[in-house]
Amino acid sequence: MNQNLEATEEAESLGQVVQEELEAMLPFTAKLRRAIEQLGEVSVLLGRTIARAVRPPLGLAAVAYQIEVLGLRSLSIASLTAIFAGLVLSLQFAFSMARFGITYTVGRVVGLSIFRELGPVLTALTVGARIGSGIAAELGSMKVTEQIDAIRALGADPIKKLAVPRLAACIIVLPCLTVLADVFAMVAGSVVVKIEYDIPFEQFYRSAIDTLKWSDFTSGVTKSAVFGLIIAAVGCFKGFQVEGGTEGVGQATTETVAITSVAVCLADFFLTKLFLSL
Amino acid sequence: MQDKVLEKKLVRPAAGAELIRFEHLYKSFGSKHVFEDLNLSVMEGEILTVMGGSGMGKSVLLKCLIGLLYPESGRIIFEGQDLTELEEPDFLYIRRRIAMVFQGAALFDSLSVGENIAYPLKEQFPKMSEEEIAKRVSQKLQLVNLPGIEAMRPSDLSGGMRKRVGLARAIAVDPEVILWDEPTTGLDPVSARVIDRLILSMKRRLSCTSVVVTHDLDSAFTVSDRIAMIAKKKIVQIGTVNEMKSSTIAEVRSFFEARRPTNVVAAGAP
Repeated sequence: MNQNLEATEEAESLGQVVQEELEAMLPFTAKLRRAIEQLGEVSVLLGRTIARAVRPPLGLAAVAYQIEVLGLRSLSIASLTAIFAGLVLSLQFAFSMARFGITYTVGRVVGLSIFRELGPVLTALTVGARIGSGIAAELGSMKVTEQIDAIRALGADPIKKLAVPRLAACIIVLPCLTVLADVFAMVAGSVVVKIEYDIPFEQFYRSAIDTLKWSDFTSGVTKSAVFGLIIAAVGCFKGFQVEGGTEGVGQATTETVAITSVAVCLADFFLTKLFLSL
Repeated sequence: MQDKVLEKKLVRPAAGAELIRFEHLYKSFGSKHVFEDLNLSVMEGEILTVMGGSGMGKSVLLKCLIGLLYPESGRIIFEGQDLTELEEPDFLYIRRRIAMVFQGAALFDSLSVGENIAYPLKEQFPKMSEEEIAKRVSQKLQLVNLPGIEAMRPSDLSGGMRKRVGLARAIAVDPEVILWDEPTTGLDPVSARVIDRLILSMKRRLSCTSVVVTHDLDSAFTVSDRIAMIAKKKIVQIGTVNEMKSSTIAEVRSFFEARRPTNVVAAGAP
């Protein structure tokens, strides 16, 4: 009798624990489900945007305008980030390598790090946050002021008019800014190791050029084009999804920065794996 | 091609005949039901005002008509064509004929006033020359009594001016039906009466049919040929201004009488 009672109590307590665990997991599973749903929705928007992009008229003037707005105005932040990344990276490597007397390899290591990884990723994280949040805020404001409804009511397609030029501009702008960032970081790195460790410019650049392959450069640039696509797709999606007035715009902007940062890091990992296996 | 197909189906009725018909319309947002079996007819050439409390779905009705929202079930018949059967690209031809003036005007901030009005012309008539577009823009601005402001930015305009520019943009393609979403909301009484006169002048000068959504009673009594009242997720009464004023339906009476206590308080206030 006592054994039965104990077994029942044990079963009840186990049931309670399972229930508590499930309840604790529910918000997580709901969030995971929502994240998967949103990934699907972004993919649908991306597919529609690409389909509209290839359909005439091409709207090159709108793309050029977005390149100016999103790209040229991001030059200063991209350059500054690259210069300081180049300075710090070169100093760190030179400091470590000086212990082993192999400072002649600094250019090689700095070059590989910048062209393959730091150039595209740092540019995407800094410029991408600016561009993505800007797109989300602009489209979100248009949504809450019924301007997107007005575009449809006036016989135009909001995806063609708003998403296509931004997506095309981001795919063009990010690689260009990345190349610029690569160059600025290398120059800054060569200057700082010349001053601090007296490594000649020629040795720094010769070491880098001898080691770097064309594929190191192209993999970095290709990565940045993919990052541009991700940034534009997330920014446009969040902008189009805005609900609830100005509060919704603020929320969409914040979420865009968070999502693009995580997405860029995730995509970087898989792209690196892909390029290394090629 | 699609336009030609639609053009054949659409038959313009005579003045006073039924132009638009909402049949057994159901619309909901998640668990919130907005319309349940809503029925309404709009006659050719009339100004029909749709009234009702906030959140009753007045704007939703207009957006369903122009294809910005889709009902769950029911039909919206415009000149013999069921609009609920149309896909987004098919609505282009309908949107040349039914224009909407949005509540906040919804002018594009990045474009000048002239570019805003030219926008539907460039989208819907890509072969129209720049001279013709400029001429039409100027004509429409004159129609709304705002000549010569093509170069101004929307941010430089007052609320009333924005609504008038929104109207100029809506009538740029010479539509047959104008949908007005809360045209006088947020305006001072003088600007509101200017908009009322514009609604009437559109009927007189362009022979347009208008569907006006508002809860401004003064405006509704001034411009309406008929008034429809939305309550309980459907149209509870439709009739002329006098018929509505003498209505015995509780929802209509309470809506029309709601402003009286406000007036009493205002009159007695120090």
